[in-house]
Amino acid sequence: MSRQTTIAAGAMTEGGAEPILSVRDLTKHFPIKKGIFGRVGGAVRAVDGVSFDVAAGETLAVVGESGCGKSTTGRAILRLIEPTSGSVRFNGQDVLALGAGELRALRRQLQIVFQDPFSSLNPRMSIGAIVREGLTIHGLAEGAAADARVKQLLEEVGLRPEYASRYPHEFSGGQRQRVGIARALSVEPKFIVCDEPVSALDVSVQAQVVNLLQDLQRDRGLSYLFIAHDLSIVEHIADRVAVMYLGHIVELAPVQAMYSRPIMPYTQALLSAVPAPEPGVKRERILLAGDVPSPANPPSGCVFHPRCQHPARDAACAAIVPPLEEKAPGHWAACIKQPPSVVSWEAQRAAGGTNPPDFYLPVSALHRSADGAPRAHAFTPPR
Amino acid sequence: MTAPPLLELDDLHTFFYTDTGVARSVDGVSFSVGAGETVGVVGESGCGKSVTALSILRLVRAPGRIEPGSAIRFEGKDLMTLDEGEMQHIRGNRIAMVFQEPMTALNPVFTVGEQIAEVARIHGGMSRKEARAKAVEMLTLVGIPAPEQRAGEYPHQLSGGMRQRVVIAMALVMNPALIIADEPTTALDVTIQAQILELMADLTRRLGTSILLITHDLGVVAENCSRVIVMYAGEVVEEATAVELFGRAHMPYTEGLLGAMPRVGGESERLATIPGTVPPPTAWPAGCRFRDRCPYSWDRCEREHPPLYQIGAGHTSRCHLAEEPEHRNHPHPPLAAQRGASAA
Amino acid sequence: MQRLLRDPRARVGLVVLAVVALVALLAPVIAPYDPSAQLDIARLHGRPPSLAHPLGTDPYSRDVLSRLIHGTRISLAVALVAVTLSMTLGVVVGAVAGYAGGLVDTVLMRVVDAALSIPRLLLLIIVVALWGDVGVVGLTLLLAGTGWFAVSRIVRAQTLVVRELDYVTSARALGAPPARILVRHVLPNVVGPGLVAATLAIGNVILLEAGLSYLGIGIRPPAASWGSIIQDGAERVSDLWWLTFFPGLAILITVFACNALGDALRDLLDPRQLASRDLTARSAPTPDR
Repeated sequence: MSRQTTIAAGAMTEGGAEPILSVRDLTKHFPIKKGIFGRVGGAVRAVDGVSFDVAAGETLAVVGESGCGKSTTGRAILRLIEPTSGSVRFNGQDVLALGAGELRALRRQLQIVFQDPFSSLNPRMSIGAIVREGLTIHGLAEGAAADARVKQLLEEVGLRPEYASRYPHEFSGGQRQRVGIARALSVEPKFIVCDEPVSALDVSVQAQVVNLLQDLQRDRGLSYLFIAHDLSIVEHIADRVAVMYLGHIVELAPVQAMYSRPIMPYTQALLSAVPAPEPGVKRERILLAGDVPSPANPPSGCVFHPRCQHPARDAACAAIVPPLEEKAPGHWAACIKQPPSVVSWEAQRAAGGTNPPDFYLPVSALHRSADGAPRAHAFTPPR
Repeated sequence: MTAPPLLELDDLHTFFYTDTGVARSVDGVSFSVGAGETVGVVGESGCGKSVTALSILRLVRAPGRIEPGSAIRFEGKDLMTLDEGEMQHIRGNRIAMVFQEPMTALNPVFTVGEQIAEVARIHGGMSRKEARAKAVEMLTLVGIPAPEQRAGEYPHQLSGGMRQRVVIAMALVMNPALIIADEPTTALDVTIQAQILELMADLTRRLGTSILLITHDLGVVAENCSRVIVMYAGEVVEEATAVELFGRAHMPYTEGLLGAMPRVGGESERLATIPGTVPPPTAWPAGCRFRDRCPYSWDRCEREHPPLYQIGAGHTSRCHLAEEPEHRNHPHPPLAAQRGASAA
Repeated sequence: MQRLLRDPRARVGLVVLAVVALVALLAPVIAPYDPSAQLDIARLHGRPPSLAHPLGTDPYSRDVLSRLIHGTRISLAVALVAVTLSMTLGVVVGAVAGYAGGLVDTVLMRVVDAALSIPRLLLLIIVVALWGDVGVVGLTLLLAGTGWFAVSRIVRAQTLVVRELDYVTSARALGAPPARILVRHVLPNVVGPGLVAATLAIGNVILLEAGLSYLGIGIRPPAASWGSIIQDGAERVSDLWWLTFFPGLAILITVFACNALGDALRDLLDPRQLASRDLTARSAPTPDR
């Protein structure tokens, strides 16, 4: 079955802006070795044909549950994991075609911030040495100039410059995360992959780091690929959101559209599962049956069809791979049962479909109405 | 008040005697849980909520110690006076615990059926055959499909959500009066979290089990708990019904937590933060422990450690604002922010 | 280091080793006699311990205490140099194999597996039998060359863990070349287990040297090592017991000290211990240490 996409031609940015990063049909399959001879017997399809664009100065969030391939996508873009196939263009440069030396040079522009504040800093290096390393590698500063730059970077992320001589174990999780951000900033990148940078932090610290990332973006014109599983934090930081499920992007839309009119049934379920801090307001909830299937053996057709709650789900969903198509301006989704779709009702019927497409949007998926007002009574922040 | 509460903590102190000094992790905590009630304990890491949970079951290990003078009353008995044998009877039989990471709570070399059956045999004195049937019954109860087959599988063959269901099944075998759930959904994805919380709510409705739900997630608390206890720096700083707490938080720390919490459908572009960090438990500040991070603090907060003030029906707050509310009109940048937002 | 000193085993081990090292350094000063001088072949032939000769004399009328003191130099020097060399080799081979992976890893580890399957003493005896008299330097190199296999396995396993950690990924993302990553990020974080193995190996190497000297391989007379002194007295254990007893005691005490220190180090560096410390740190948070 061919996996056709309707988007490969035009830019996938808001209003068709020129992208700084352009990813097409990115695929990463991890071979499963069997037996003592290491025969390859199948593959885990961690990322399976992912396409998106990121505009300069934009934050694109990638959300999904564990195992959906969001982290692998982030690392494959930086070639920290070599992609199986596809294309990644950064500022017009073909990232996947670069040799080792060119790739190291490119890494000045593309950086990453990690989730785990404990394993992401070398315990045997001082904070100063960690932040300084990028300067040394790329010959950006030496000696006293490098010292001064390190202190400046530490201040910029809200740490005292005199901390440069201390070691990671002397710092709290939030402070370590700031060090990781300073390290990424040291080479003055244009683009940062933030791989769940606040997931391991306490609520109040999480807010500090999110605000820091937003300030840095504003001051330096950075672009972020912000990987997260927390839909509420994403709404605060992202311009656009991509939802991933089993290695596929199943929906991609501006924040406002994603949270007020989610199209893909999986996105709807994900949104309805977020606990709302409104005691006494009993919300209906879409409870998905069962667990995410194994990416080594994904379901046929639409990968979400075995758990889907769309009333029109039928045999066609198991037979036809839904294209990620632009259902509304700037709003891409992969579902043949949510009109409009290039997969006609006739084609669906030919594949065994019995229920014609019919737009479905359960109220339980909505936390705010289409005009942006909160749907239920929301807590007003303290005076 | 009529019947005495199921569980009552009275002035619980649990200290850790570490190389760097005495960590007063739990420093005078009192609260109660009624029969059939779901009570939430929220706070950030280091506030003492998990140590409180371990203390109730007397599972604190050296260098930690529950200090003399602490009382843990459960079903009319003071657990502090029981010997280890009697305590073992309480654990598993009357109070069960569900942990954050289901993989480490299960033994990887036994099937899940065997592990549930073992509980039934040890605590319930059942025969092998009865215990085996009980295991399948429990798996059915927690909504595991094909329970007969699943009972024969090993923990690594199950997904995270399934494992947590198994752990809950183990906790429920002896039909305990109280389940202490320490961050039971933190390691799970949001859709699986929804399934597990739904399951727990359903079980309390059907079995009348009380739950002490320990979490950092205010959203989880709002949807599942009738009453909420907020902990900070080893103390209870606010206690109220969930509706009251989310609608009319009193303690500035609680306000800060609610403001910092991102929420789906929220309007504000920028998240509120609480400047500074939690002080180390080896050196709690004198006076109010939140003073340095508080936008309303005044000289009294430095001098005088605030008691838990009664500020409404069932609503207490450890803040002098209860007596001098006029200071709320003069917010200022907290001391921690003046010294640099993230000073160590 | 402070945490290490808090462990009584480490304190005892370090004190004993310091004394032994001091004895070796100051041997000419503290030894009462010339270790190879035959003092009085007629009257001091195999005398038991006395005031003038606290550990007695040997059949050639040499003072056993002086020989033991000087023997410390050779035994300790051979052990330290051999262990340092083999640890360096083991750490480098293990780290390279673990970080590079693929064919490099496979080849190196198969070689190590093959070497590990032959008992070390047998390997040494075969080599010495083929080459004949090897001398002190040769013996040291042999002990070094046969001592790194197990270390390289331990270090490789540790490297496999470390190379997947985010700080190594981050160094790659910063554009650091592989050699820099290996030296700055991998090696410093895998030497811990190597160090533990080294401390434990010192005792083992002293024993091996003694064993080989006892078999007549290695240290040649009249030079003294602990092992060669024992060899001198081996045939007369029943009547000249002091010849074997005191060097044996010296070996026992030194090996014990090394093992005590090694055990303490291992407990300190054990990742599981670190993990459990983290756990208690989470439930009873100490201020950022």
